[in-house]
Amino acid sequence: MIAHAIFFYVFSLIAIVSAIMVTVSKNTVHSVFFLILDFISISCLFIMIGAEFLGMIMLIVYVGAVAVLFLFVVMMLNVAQQKNQWLLSESSSGHIPVGLIISSLIFFELIIVIGGWKYKPDLFNSNNLNKFNEMSNTHSLGQILYTDYVHIFQISGMILLIAMIGAIVLTFRQREGVKKQSYIKQISRERSEGVDVLEVPSNKGVKIDD
Amino acid sequence: MTEIGLGHYLTLGAVIFTIGIIGIFLNRKNIIVILMSIELILLAVNINLVSFSIYLNDLTGQVFTLFILTVAAAEAAIGLAIIVVYYRNSGTIRVEEIDKLKG
Repeated sequence: MIAHAIFFYVFSLIAIVSAIMVTVSKNTVHSVFFLILDFISISCLFIMIGAEFLGMIMLIVYVGAVAVLFLFVVMMLNVAQQKNQWLLSESSSGHIPVGLIISSLIFFELIIVIGGWKYKPDLFNSNNLNKFNEMSNTHSLGQILYTDYVHIFQISGMILLIAMIGAIVLTFRQREGVKKQSYIKQISRERSEGVDVLEVPSNKGVKIDD
Repeated sequence: MTEIGLGHYLTLGAVIFTIGIIGIFLNRKNIIVILMSIELILLAVNINLVSFSIYLNDLTGQVFTLFILTVAAAEAAIGLAIIVVYYRNSGTIRVEEIDKLKG
């Protein structure tokens, strides 16, 4: 139990400090790296609490895909002159008290909700209680994901497909002066415009206009 | 202090959620950091769902975390594509200069 507490405090401290560094650090690339550190520590917490499958999925999806996507975009855009300096610029100093007041209000509301909630044991009225206690987390998650939630699962696949098509359509552009293959032109080519039969007079040759 | 319960995880989620809100409010320079703050907020929601799911012994929370993960990945892809297109058209991603809608 004491090891559980030590690991929880270490990982949550890393998570909170790196979350603060995501918002304050001046360099956007450093922000992305702190975001990766945040995701790694939170997925360690998930694995520790017993949700191994979600911890691994967080590592794969966030660290492997989303954070690398952020890194690509940060490197493609010219962010060198667009430093993130919200604490220093004078134009943003008017927003700081308002933002701090609103965010501290939200934080205290969340704490009040957590503190006021008596962990009622009679909240167990869902029909998806973990009946598979002898199985692993991944096994029991798969048991209900592909039976009870199969339609939502397929809809989430459609969401991913639409997001992929949308990202491609948004960033696609046609450049001038790039030679491309036109399938329509190739298929609709006829014999009359492709081949020309000529009578060749002897000793003269044929002039082909190009 | 040494007994880690549900309240500890919920407090961690609340702290990370608030840091994400602060990042959205106070960042006036770079719109990519705002997208990262949105990712932090979704992460806090995931922490809450997973800890409730474990402590109530109910797997529905973990299934929903999976779907939130899907939607967050789609949102990040679309948002970054929009940022790339905007940068190509206007040459800047500073928050102060994105004021074409006069909002």
